[in-house]
Amino acid sequence: MMDLHLPAWAIWVMLAGLAVFIVMFIIILRRNHGVKRSMFSTPYALWMIIFTIIPCLLVAYYAFTDANGKFTLDNFISFWDSNHEMNKELANLGFDPAAMGFTRGMVNISTLVYSLWMAFLCTVICLLIGYPAALFMAERDFKLGATLVTLFIIPMWMNFLLRTIAWMSLLEDNGLINTLLVSLGFSRVQLMYNNSAVLLGMVYNFLPFMVFPIYNSISKQDYRLTEAAMDLGAGRMLTFIRVTFPLSLPGVVSGITMVFMPAVTTFFIPRMLGGGNTEMFGDLIERTFLTANNWNLGSALSLIMMVLILLSLGLLRKVDPEGEGGSMI
Amino acid sequence: MKKISLLLVLTLIASLLCAPCAMAEEVVNVYNWYDYMDERVFELFEQETGIVVKPSYFTTNEDMMVQVRINPGAYDVVFPSDYCVERMISENLLAEINFDNIPNLQYISSWMLNPDYDQENKYSVPFMWGTVGILYDSTRVTEEEASSWSVLWNEKYAKEIFMLASIRDTLGVALKYLGYSMNTRDPAQLKEATQLLIEQKPLVKAYQVDETKEKMVIGEGALAVVYSGDALYAMDLNENLAYSVPVEGSNVWIDPMVIPATAKNKENAEKFINFLCRPDIAQMNCEYIYYSSPNDGAIALMGEEYTENETINPPQDVIDRCEFFHDIPENYMTIYNALWSQVVNAK
Repeated sequence: MMDLHLPAWAIWVMLAGLAVFIVMFIIILRRNHGVKRSMFSTPYALWMIIFTIIPCLLVAYYAFTDANGKFTLDNFISFWDSNHEMNKELANLGFDPAAMGFTRGMVNISTLVYSLWMAFLCTVICLLIGYPAALFMAERDFKLGATLVTLFIIPMWMNFLLRTIAWMSLLEDNGLINTLLVSLGFSRVQLMYNNSAVLLGMVYNFLPFMVFPIYNSISKQDYRLTEAAMDLGAGRMLTFIRVTFPLSLPGVVSGITMVFMPAVTTFFIPRMLGGGNTEMFGDLIERTFLTANNWNLGSALSLIMMVLILLSLGLLRKVDPEGEGGSMI
Repeated sequence: MKKISLLLVLTLIASLLCAPCAMAEEVVNVYNWYDYMDERVFELFEQETGIVVKPSYFTTNEDMMVQVRINPGAYDVVFPSDYCVERMISENLLAEINFDNIPNLQYISSWMLNPDYDQENKYSVPFMWGTVGILYDSTRVTEEEASSWSVLWNEKYAKEIFMLASIRDTLGVALKYLGYSMNTRDPAQLKEATQLLIEQKPLVKAYQVDETKEKMVIGEGALAVVYSGDALYAMDLNENLAYSVPVEGSNVWIDPMVIPATAKNKENAEKFINFLCRPDIAQMNCEYIYYSSPNDGAIALMGEEYTENETINPPQDVIDRCEFFHDIPENYMTIYNALWSQVVNAK
């Protein structure tokens, strides 16, 4: 028999899920209307409670406590002043941090600002590339549309780490692009280990999340509306501005959300394509947990990130009350 | 049709239920550095003992320590560096090894036994040792330049330098260049070292660990701070590369094998450690990962090729100017971490 090495708990979760479903089916087949269909969501609700709600509560708990489990706001002060803990420790050891020139540390704040800026740039670039692409693919008389959609999907079958590492062999000093440039008589350019390489990696990885929601919202549109606009004398440009674009807005909002959120929490890409020269907020959180072993500060940073994402979702709700953006997530 | 689907469901349930029984085999969970063992050794061990090796990997000591603390019982054999063994012993994370089960300890060089980090030699068995130094492209960098850490601050090599993305190794380089100890607890010295690394940042191409050796082989940089084994690996593939341990001194380290106190398969772990100390197996590993072997039996098997290579078998004066890392207590580590954060995020 094939050995799948499934951990015991996974098997019990699956069996429990299976049992719940079988019971539900039997009840539904017997047309017992006392049971609501919403009960089918029980396994998912359980999953959410165990793996989403409880972890969130744990994150909040760690964020507001110190290493001994006592309530503290120190972790949030450390976010504001990344030298806070060090200066406290120095004072404990009998040094005077101020006299030694240790002042307020800007590391956490500047990393957050940098991440937001990179995510913003990434979203704008994805929108500029993604909207025209989606428009083309959804065009009725464009026969290659389906092929293009497939071409966009194929890279997503590959693991994202692998795709990012593949970019390295393209961008290196002795990589494919530079070898080509040199053989054509141009001089070598350093493409890797800088901000542009990180941005490129982000755009490449998140572009499909922009294209597909927009593609969906355009291809779902009733083409008769476009025809009507044209019949009434609107040119192609005016039709696009007054009809197609406004109707595609929910898709745009959805695309922006789906690109911005993973972009702002990006990690690994700055380490590989940026060569660890700068950190994004995701890397900072990872390092705080895994290398500095400071779960309390790490949790506070994660909580701040989560609140920021919630706020931006709330803002989008205002722009997109239909909830198309939210429903895609 | 109904019968077939019923049969399918039953088979599925049966196979799921049987999965746990398949897990009853004898295993040893090994937690090691990336690229730090000839993995054919795993197969040989399985063939000889019937114990299946389940490996997992880490990149830096600090990452490893976190995982060992939060996953009790997950690992049976771990490969921390010397200073981490010191910390793990003080945190009661390690089990005393039953040396009756490790007869091959006789092959380990005597100067490696009873080290500072485990003075009574109760918790650890040396696996490999080595130095930290500069791997350089000898067509672009002279031997004289590479004999000092100062070359890493030479603007001639701007954007041609790889540094280690590892807190103690990299701060250690700056501390040694300034003439301080790599184990310093003086905040003023640490601040000076941090400042030096921030000044160096515009010259650095990338901060990484496992990727550097391959990048140096294909000529992506002129200089790199590396562990001696990575240096030899790269020199073997690119004859222009050379290695130096700078005159200001550097780090010499031992990576021992230890058994976590929570290990579930302690006897298997001891069998595995004993197996790795067998001269032919130690030779296989040494020839695969290029680090210095603490195993006299393996060194005898490798002969002159090993003893005449100065990178793998550094002369006494090199060892004398090097320093072992010692554990830095948590409160001082807070200072190290905050300063390292400044280096990582300097623009």
